[in-house]
Amino acid sequence: MSEANRERASDAQGGATPGAGESRRFLVRQDAAPRVVFLNLLQIQMPVGALTSILHRASGVLLALAIPVVAWLLARSLRDANGYADVAAWLASPAVKPVAILWTWALAHHLLAGIRHMLSDIDAGSRLHAARRSAWTVNIAGVAIALLAAGALW
Amino acid sequence: MRLVLTGLRAWLVQRVSAVYLLAFILFFIGRLLVAPPQDFVSWRAWVAQPAVAVAMLAAFAALLFHAWVGLRDVMLDYVKPIALRAPALALVAGALIGIGLWMLRLLSALE
Repeated sequence: MSEANRERASDAQGGATPGAGESRRFLVRQDAAPRVVFLNLLQIQMPVGALTSILHRASGVLLALAIPVVAWLLARSLRDANGYADVAAWLASPAVKPVAILWTWALAHHLLAGIRHMLSDIDAGSRLHAARRSAWTVNIAGVAIALLAAGALW
Repeated sequence: MRLVLTGLRAWLVQRVSAVYLLAFILFFIGRLLVAPPQDFVSWRAWVAQPAVAVAMLAAFAALLFHAWVGLRDVMLDYVKPIALRAPALALVAGALIGIGLWMLRLLSALE
């Protein structure tokens, strides 16, 4: 057992004699002990605000990927009557609806999380209790709006 | 004029564009819900109104800047090798500029 390991083992047991371990700390590098590195996002318990935040980012990427599609739909719908009919039929097709609902969720979550973010910029609702409550509100409201859109589309 | 969007400038661009986009999206969705376009002629006539076309063009401008700041942040976080990062950033920037010019041409040509 190396000197550093023994030091740690005795620390883990609460330290044999407080004074002895204390004096030897000056002799070993303070950062020699391995740090706790456990960043498996699927296993660590995230606070609800972390979920709101990561979904803000994920929904933003989704919305960005949809920009060319939105631009194309707009251009086609404005071109002529046939283009308009194509877009209307396309948006109403069963294959597109799930994508439209996902997009609606992304937009709703991104807008709500963005409003929450900007409110915390001006220090509104940044205390822990209020921040947790607004994070839950954003997460649930985003899904609720997507469900409303699903109900309207089907 | 410095065009590089980093630091405080990016922070500000992200918020100004966010506020404008929020207002425009609420207006646009509200209008679609209250009075859904009945056919091609009425839809095009609505978008072609100067106020609507200009507001929509400004929304695309805000959207593309907003997307640039956001995607740039994401790429700086996840695309670590410079050999990959530079082309990825260039590709996104090129695509966004292209879409911006496309929308400028589309919305300014409506009569």
